[in-house]
Amino acid sequence: MNKIFEVPLYAYERSPDQDAAIAIRHKVIVVGAGPVGLVTAIDLAQQGVPVVVLDDNDKVSFGSRAICFSQRTLDIADRLGAGSPMVDKGVQWNVGKVYFDNRQVYEFNLQPDTGFANPAFINLQQYYFENALVDRVRQLQASGAPIEIRGRNKVEAIGTHDTHVVLEVETPEGPYNVEAEWLIACDGASSPTRRMLGLDFDGRVFEDNFLIADVVMEADLPTERWFWFDPPFNRGQSALLHKQPDNVWRIDLQLGWDIDKEREKRPENVIPRLKAMLGEDVDFDLEWVSVYTFQCRRMERFRHGRVLFAGDSAHQVSPFGALGANTGIQDADNLCWKLKLVLDRKAPELLLDSYSRERVQAADENITKSSRSTDFITPKSQMSRLLRDAVLDLSEHFEFARPLVNSGRLSTPCAYQGSSLSSADALDGPDITRPGSACPDAPLGDEFLLPKLAGKFTLLTIDADAPERIEEDGVEATRLALSVKDDLTLELKRRYLGDAASAVYLIRPDQHVAARRDSYEENAFRQAIRRATGKE
Amino acid sequence: MTDLILTPNLDNADDFYAGLLAAHDGLDKSASDALNARLVLVLANHIGDSDVLNQAVEAAALRET
Repeated sequence: MNKIFEVPLYAYERSPDQDAAIAIRHKVIVVGAGPVGLVTAIDLAQQGVPVVVLDDNDKVSFGSRAICFSQRTLDIADRLGAGSPMVDKGVQWNVGKVYFDNRQVYEFNLQPDTGFANPAFINLQQYYFENALVDRVRQLQASGAPIEIRGRNKVEAIGTHDTHVVLEVETPEGPYNVEAEWLIACDGASSPTRRMLGLDFDGRVFEDNFLIADVVMEADLPTERWFWFDPPFNRGQSALLHKQPDNVWRIDLQLGWDIDKEREKRPENVIPRLKAMLGEDVDFDLEWVSVYTFQCRRMERFRHGRVLFAGDSAHQVSPFGALGANTGIQDADNLCWKLKLVLDRKAPELLLDSYSRERVQAADENITKSSRSTDFITPKSQMSRLLRDAVLDLSEHFEFARPLVNSGRLSTPCAYQGSSLSSADALDGPDITRPGSACPDAPLGDEFLLPKLAGKFTLLTIDADAPERIEEDGVEATRLALSVKDDLTLELKRRYLGDAASAVYLIRPDQHVAARRDSYEENAFRQAIRRATGKE
Repeated sequence: MTDLILTPNLDNADDFYAGLLAAHDGLDKSASDALNARLVLVLANHIGDSDVLNQAVEAAALRET
């Protein structure tokens, strides 16, 4: 059977660039057509920025890899016109169960809150996620958008200059040179771009290995996340079972440090492990197996002159919590509007340094989360294990211990606290929408809030007056006028007003809050736009 | 009688747990055991109320009161 990840989706085709006497200079080149590279390219192309994606491969990702996509990722995918096929195909889940030894200690429900267009999470193989993005690229191309993916184009060398970069690209028909005003490296944790530029990537290596197996089985199991600490079938280690579309189940088995990776990957060694977990009489096929050793690390900064790093090329964390791809997509979300303003000369290049600062902050949050989960799942000392087991024993009996159980803290958007782009909070409003935060969705009758905030600066007024548009130094903000009466469920009030009677929010193109006050004040909002675009 | 709190009550459970592990960092088992014993006594003194402390001892023995 031909699986989706075995079929070339963007086969090599000769580009006119390869026959040019002098290297052609593009506005933006993205290296890597994984989730982050594709999201970056689509975001730029939708804003009219010409973009070329170079990928050393010609297919979507091999094997399921990232399988868990967060609400924030889906909100961004909606903005890019690719969200609904993902949600349609994805498996939705809310219930998680935690097991210790041979017994269930408790279960939890992820999102009792309602009033969001998208689910808290979906499970979807990375290849379906990428496939939906490639479909969106084709759609954009059909409508004349300046976006191109070049398969089997491998960057072999990079020359950096003040105003551009020069790339030497290897293809099946030989090498060619091409230039870009801006290069965005989305080429993964082992980023060749990072290596070629000789840049750092420091952090903490965790001495552990995980067997990741995708099995196809007709199992009559509910759509839930099951996590085991120290189960009988994997003594002293952990295990995870999670459902994906097409009856594919993701199984993670912790293996410990001192193992032979190649040996563990062989089916004759994998299958007995899975049978011990699933039961001897369960029929399953092995779709994909990998052994994973992880590190928590990041680059010191994500911008190096004309080269910007996004996704795993810039930061890497453990697989617990679905922090990898989700964070990378938020990198792209943060970067693209800033790059667009810089390319249009409506903001100084300095604005791109705020990309690095804000996303370094997000990466550090994730590294902390991820390191703590790992310390809980794999205790490093006898006392650490005793405390861990004490938490698990207590969690079976007493609710208070459950928040201490850490089998992964799921991806949440970073609230850029203290960002130089944010203005001081001037509203006595809810914490979740203070400046820097990602706007939470809210229902508006049959519609939702977030699609109305897409891709531009917005003045969101709730029971307050403001001009329909203001322009400050070339940057425009348009008004979205709402009233608490627009949402009878009162989520809009709860999330954006709290105890305040009215509010005016300045919202960035990536749907993060730049400023808020109880009423419109011209000077304050003009200054807020200047701050949010790196001019103050 | 004051009831022992058995629902989540920590401001930030993950910060607390990370701080607790950090306190044990680099200690051998007996030094770690001694740290835990001192911690129990410090917390008990802070609670003070003997009804609450008795319920806590029962809870730690995994007996639901």
